[in-house]
Amino acid sequence: MPTAISVENVYKSYMRDKLEVPVLNNVSLTIQEGEFIALMGPSGSGKTTLLNIIAGIDRPTRGRVLVQGTDIATLSEATLAKWRSRHVGFIFQFYNLIPVLTAYENVELPLMLTPLNKAQRKDQVERALAMVGLADRMKHYPKQLSGGQEQRVAIARAIASDPDILVADEPTGDLDKRSADDIMTLLERLNQELGKTIVMVTHDPAAAERAGTVRHLEKGDLLPEEKMR
Amino acid sequence: MKIPFSYIARNFIARRLTTSITVTGVALVVFVFAAVLMMSYGVQKTLVSTGSANNVIISRKSATSEISSIIDRETANNILTLPAISRGADGKPLATTDAVVIINIGKKTGGISNVTVRGVSRQAFTIREQIKLTEGRMFTWGARELVVGGAIRDRFKGANIGDKVKFAGDMWTIVGVIDGEHSAFDSEIWGDIDQLLQAFNRSDFSTITFRVDDPAVLSQLKTQFASDPRLNQFEPESERRYYEKQSEALSMFINILGIFITIIFSVGAMIGAMITMYAAVANRTVEIGTLRALGFQRFSIMMAFLIESMLIALVGGALGLFLASFLQFVSLSTLNFGSFSELQFSFSLSPIIIILTILFAVVMGLVGGFLPSFRAARLQIVNALRSA
Repeated sequence: MPTAISVENVYKSYMRDKLEVPVLNNVSLTIQEGEFIALMGPSGSGKTTLLNIIAGIDRPTRGRVLVQGTDIATLSEATLAKWRSRHVGFIFQFYNLIPVLTAYENVELPLMLTPLNKAQRKDQVERALAMVGLADRMKHYPKQLSGGQEQRVAIARAIASDPDILVADEPTGDLDKRSADDIMTLLERLNQELGKTIVMVTHDPAAAERAGTVRHLEKGDLLPEEKMR
Repeated sequence: MKIPFSYIARNFIARRLTTSITVTGVALVVFVFAAVLMMSYGVQKTLVSTGSANNVIISRKSATSEISSIIDRETANNILTLPAISRGADGKPLATTDAVVIINIGKKTGGISNVTVRGVSRQAFTIREQIKLTEGRMFTWGARELVVGGAIRDRFKGANIGDKVKFAGDMWTIVGVIDGEHSAFDSEIWGDIDQLLQAFNRSDFSTITFRVDDPAVLSQLKTQFASDPRLNQFEPESERRYYEKQSEALSMFINILGIFITIIFSVGAMIGAMITMYAAVANRTVEIGTLRALGFQRFSIMMAFLIESMLIALVGGALGLFLASFLQFVSLSTLNFGSFSELQFSFSLSPIIIILTILFAVVMGLVGGFLPSFRAARLQIVNALRSA
């Protein structure tokens, strides 16, 4: 299977009060196309930072990140923004829906950045909402939806523009067990039926179990695969 | 600009309370701004409508107003023979030799003020067509009788028909009320020129106003006056332009004072808009991070907030202008520096004032919204998302 994401010797540090705080220590990781990988680790282990770097919303201090052959660390900010809109779908812990927009409009948002016309956008939005089982909630505002429904709208938004990669940061972190289970089933389907590459950060072992691969981070180091569970 | 307008508009509505407070602040400033412009324009309009485009007024060159202008009888006779003056059906020149004096009368609201008394010739009512008798009768030529402008009757004590006004050592009876169609003549008292000169023991006129067939002869007249040694101390001017010039000092005073005050007020409104927009940015930091993560550029974010700020200002501007438009029903009276006498005028709205006012509001929104919008655009995606 071809490589989707290749993280090569990525080092990341933040400056805090003139002190350099390392977050990722020369992490290398290869993710194949169609792989569903869960990143686990205690708070501060660097898993979200790694996810952000893969998603192109943060940059490594050193090292290369190749996503489908493109070294995204070298892209200009504007180009990187365009790249994200085409290749990455985001799923956040707190859904991050825009409260003043309806479910339909939230899902349509990333499509505003594509050359699609209104009719084509409508088609895509309806398809995405149908896939997450919320075709009947299009005109609802986020506050009129349950947590699980909100997260499903967020997933519909993530897949609306048909990106290759989905990044999910604690997608079940704010949900009850049943909703969490539904969301994981949905992510599994997206991975298996649509072949989406999914990178997920989670604390929840039940969620991690649903991923094909689980990798652990500890104090900025990616633990070797053989050390897994 | 790819962020949908509905996002901007609904955020504007979503924060009803803060938005409406800011809108009110902008509306108040815009109201004051519009009121100042309307007042200044009102003065100008009143005085411009006093003059007619087809009339030429002759005054002494150095005189800044009619009361300081003096034209002796000999010069007046020379002027009245000018061929440029239109003639009436009776073959007589359509001209009035006016004498303008100022008297003091008590105001209904207390205090006294200067009022212009104008002695006019018989043709005055022909060449100043806007003057209509609305009540009573016209003064009798050769009698100590007066007609008063509507504004005088309304604002001064003892200025009704039948009342007597004392000046120049004599009692003058008010016999009628004239309407000058919102011109400065509304704020004057008119009587027979000969009676007036006699009472004041004067022989000189203040100004001569005459009708011309073609306003274009004015430039010829100016040349003629400048080159004639008998006339070169006098200056012909279009009657409209002459009265317009009298409005300049007062309207400039209103403009400078008013705009100075409004600018100070507008700083307050801009700070208000700025605080509102900073709060909007702070409340929506996660949204901004999300939009950026989805691929929206910094510029789009900046424009979304800037447009929201301008929308607040625009709504405030429209509200302020709407309220100010009611001022058109209000008329004021003040001392005109140009004529040293009381002048009644109304607040007046013009398309230019509407454009200026809306522009002023939008600029307030732009200035107030700039820094918060810039801050929104500069947020780091990761930091913005972390503030959840």
